[in-house]
Parts: sequence; C-alpha cells; structure tokens
Amino acid sequence: MKYKTDYRIFPLGDSAITVDFGNIIDEAINLNVMAWFHHLTNDPVEGVIEIVPAYSSLTVHYDMLAVAKNIPKGQQAYTWMRESIEKRLQQYPAAYQIEGSLIKIPVCYDTFFAPDLGTLAESKGMSSEEVVQLHVSRSYRVYMLGFLPGFAYLGQVDDKLATPRKSQPVEVAAGSIGIAGQQTGIYPMVSPGGWHIIGRTPVHLFDSDKADPALLKPGDSVQFVSITLHEFENY
Amino acid sequence: MNLRIIKGGIQDTVQDNGRYGYQYLGVNPGGTMDRLSAQIANILVGNSLNEAVIELHFPASEFFFEQPALISLSGADFMASINGDEVPRHRPILVSKFSILQFYRLRAGARAYLSIRGGFDLPKWFCSYSTNLKAMAGGYKGRVLQKDDEIKIHSDEVLTSILGKKEYQVLPWKADIGWEDTHLTELLALPGNEWEQLTAPSKESLEQASFMITSNSDRMGYRLSGQLLSLTSKEELISSAVSFGTVQLLPDGQLIVLMADHQTTGGYPRVAHVISAHHPRLAQLNPGERIQFRLCDHAMAETLMAKQQQHVLQLEYACKFKLEGIGIMTR
Repeated sequence: MKYKTDYRIFPLGDSAITVDFGNIIDEAINLNVMAWFHHLTNDPVEGVIEIVPAYSSLTVHYDMLAVAKNIPKGQQAYTWMRESIEKRLQQYPAAYQIEGSLIKIPVCYDTFFAPDLGTLAESKGMSSEEVVQLHVSRSYRVYMLGFLPGFAYLGQVDDKLATPRKSQPVEVAAGSIGIAGQQTGIYPMVSPGGWHIIGRTPVHLFDSDKADPALLKPGDSVQFVSITLHEFENY
Repeated sequence: MNLRIIKGGIQDTVQDNGRYGYQYLGVNPGGTMDRLSAQIANILVGNSLNEAVIELHFPASEFFFEQPALISLSGADFMASINGDEVPRHRPILVSKFSILQFYRLRAGARAYLSIRGGFDLPKWFCSYSTNLKAMAGGYKGRVLQKDDEIKIHSDEVLTSILGKKEYQVLPWKADIGWEDTHLTELLALPGNEWEQLTAPSKESLEQASFMITSNSDRMGYRLSGQLLSLTSKEELISSAVSFGTVQLLPDGQLIVLMADHQTTGGYPRVAHVISAHHPRLAQLNPGERIQFRLCDHAMAETLMAKQQQHVLQLEYACKFKLEGIGIMTR
C-alpha cells in the first residue's frame, strides 16, 4: 500500500496541533493515521496530554505550561511542540500496519427498528431487502470514534446506499444503525441524530463499567449480520 | 459523614480538571467550565488545584452538612448563605455540623464552584471525578445532583476545635482576584485553520462585530447570534478533532463556541479558537450577553496563560501559609 507522507500541520488553538494528511476518506490514509497514532502514543513527546486520530488527521493535545517548563526560556511551547511532532513523523517513516479485529455485529432490520429503511429504499428505487442485502454484503473499516462515547464511523457503504444526512436531527434509540453519506455507524446511546436509521443491534457498543468500555476501536473491521426480531428479543 | 443535597438545582455536577486520554474512544474530557475559579476555590481550602469541586448553575442545589467542613465558593455570585446569613465568595469558610448552604440570587456570572477540604469520597471513572452525562459515568453516579443525594466528605478534627460553638466562621483572608476580572466580554482568539477561507466582509465582522450568546447554550457549546458569516470555499470538511474554545461556523452562517462538554470531533469549519487563558471568562457569560473576538498570536496566548498560572501559584503559596498558621495542614 502506498505510504502517504505529505501532510499539513496547523494549530488547533493554543493547546493542540493537527496533522492533516488530506481531506478525504481513504483507507490507506487512515492506516497511516493509525500508525502515527501508535508511534506518538508509544513514544510520546513530553507535555502531550492525548492524541486523537480521525479519518485523515491526527490531533495532539498538549499542556502548554508543562511544555514551557522543559524548554529554554523565551521559546514558544507551540513552536517546540510542532517541531517535536514533525521530528517524530520523520523518525518513523516506514508503514506500520495495525492489526484490527473483525467484529460481527448482529442487526435486526425489521421495520420496527428501522424508521428510515422504507423511505431510503424507495428513494434509491430498491426494496428494503435489497438495501439490507447491500448493507451486510461487505465489511466496514472503523475509521474513527467520535460524536458520542463509543460512536464508530464506519466506511464505506455501497455507492447505491449513499444518502446525505437529514436536514433536522431526530431522537435516535441506542443501538440504532444509521447511514449518512458513504458512512454507516451505530448509536451507542440514545441521542439526537441526523443519520437514516435502517436497523438496530442488541449489542452494547459502550459499557462504562468495563475497563475497556468501547466495543469498537479505530482500525477494527465490522461485519453486520442480519437477525430476526425474535432473535433480537432473545439476544 | 455526608454532604446531603436537600434541594436539587438545575444542573449541578461534580467536576475536576477533566478526563484525558479517552477522546480516541469518543469520550470527551469534560471537567470544569471555569478552570480558574475551581482552582481558586480549591486553593482556599488547601486542596490540590485539580481536586473535584461541585459546579453550580442557578438556581443551585441546597446543601446540608452532617459534619463540620472547610469550604469555599468561587466563580459566579449566587448570593450564598449559611443558615440564612450571606457569606462572601473567595474566602475560606468553616461550617459547623448541621449547617445549611443555600443560594438566593444570580448576581453575576454563570457558574459557581463549591470546594470542600479533602474533596469527595467518590469513585473515579477513567482517572477523573468529572461527570460525563452522555456516558452516564463519573462524578456522582454519572448524573446531575438531585434531592437526597449524599456525598461522603472527609472529616477533620481540627475544624471542630477552631469553630468552637460557632455555627460558621469566615476566615479573615481572601483570594485577591483583582488581577483577573472574570466578567469580561472581550475574548482573544487564534485564527482557525479555515479563517483564511472566510470572505473579506466575514473576517471583518468576526473581528469587529459583537455576537450574542443565545439561550441555546450549555456546557457543550454556546450558540451565537450575530452577522451571518460565509466562506469563499464550499469544500466539505471531513470530521477531525476539535477543542474547548474552538469557534465553528455552522451551515446557517452563525457561530458556535465549543465548551467543556464538546464532542471530541466535528466537521464544521474552524474559524477561530478562544485562547485558554480566556476560557474562564467565557464560562462565566450568560445567554443574552454579547461577546467580541480579537485575534492574537501564540506568543500572546502563552504569555497570558503563564501569567494566570503565576498568580494561581502565588495564591496557593499564600493560602497554604495562612491555613497552616491556624493549624490546618496542606499538602
């Protein structure tokens, strides 16, 4: 896989720096994001608080006061941090593939749980069954987590399923499976949301009592498996 | 022995400095909205700077102390009283067993902080006491404080002996916060990555005009109302990390400033970022108030933050000395 090394680096306010590898949803770029996320996590720059990987970018949040303590007086924490991050990026030039897990997620696509399945199918000139068939026909990469605790952004759905998000968010039940653009995702908890809801999983995506609370991690793959209403109720 | 809530407020939560290291799982840092006031409240009672406090919104909860405690109040002025007598902010206050703390009126600011010496005996969730309402975890049972909640607080023999038979005692020193008037509406901001994509008139508006904080504002973010702004580019951004203080341009041309409970990631253009040193003053503004943005650079942002920190450390040193003078040991 081609290893993309061009990036733009810019401040996100006075306490964070973003490294952007291109404003696109692309598996190769996301692999690099995850590789650098691991490099920078395992070999941290002093003063870094945490690192947030996204589709095609990596954001380093840092404590400017902690950084200022360790650098020559008069030097800016921002300049020092930016240089340190760029040094790390050059230090780890080789591609480094993170092995994610493949996680099967049962989904009930019954209309009871799928308020938007019918209208989505109709707008695409398909039957609901065809939409479901396309949705389960491939596995999806977890590009990133965000929005809500444990909310995974999965991509990419078949072109025939891609639909812009709703103009107004509505209340969405926990476990709901949605589609927005070429993304698909699962709402871990009840929330307002603008994605088209086509099913629901009985699986808990986020459990705050667990040491490892999120079922899905960036870099994992997800395979949806269709289950009946009866199977959902007895899950 | 406990701190008991005898009447619930609209949104009072346990918060500390925030929860870091879990944004990659979508768990936002949360934490106090006004970091500085929370630190001052902690300093006054001899706590470490990042000890958990209760963040109060008006109308605020009422508290009953089942044991003597050393407390202090900072941030917004909610006209606090102990057993009906008004007590000042920014002073350490000894309260006896069976005292009641109430708040009568919103006089200034938006968020008050209650610190109690020794903090609260609560479990941490992912290294923090902060309440995450979305995940329903952290703080007190992952939720807003309600009537009849009881939070265990730490007991200290020395407080009883200092108090004697008094119901309460305001200790004779105060935190001088004259250097930081938190109630100011001018906010310094760094340009965001999409600043350059704003049209020339929009850039001018952002720097010159004022923006009103709307009622659609909370711990997650402040929705602003003002002149409509627009970008020269129509390129959609894919989601990436955002931060406390990030000023985003919404599709309707209005702005939102992200606050402590912001989502970890977002896809709206980032036109500016309020500097960290000015997050506290932003946190003390209410819907209906108008703010102005002034652009600055990193040197200014870092200098102001360092100055703020220097005042905090000086205050910490002075208060430690005073507390130890009356036999209350600090760490």
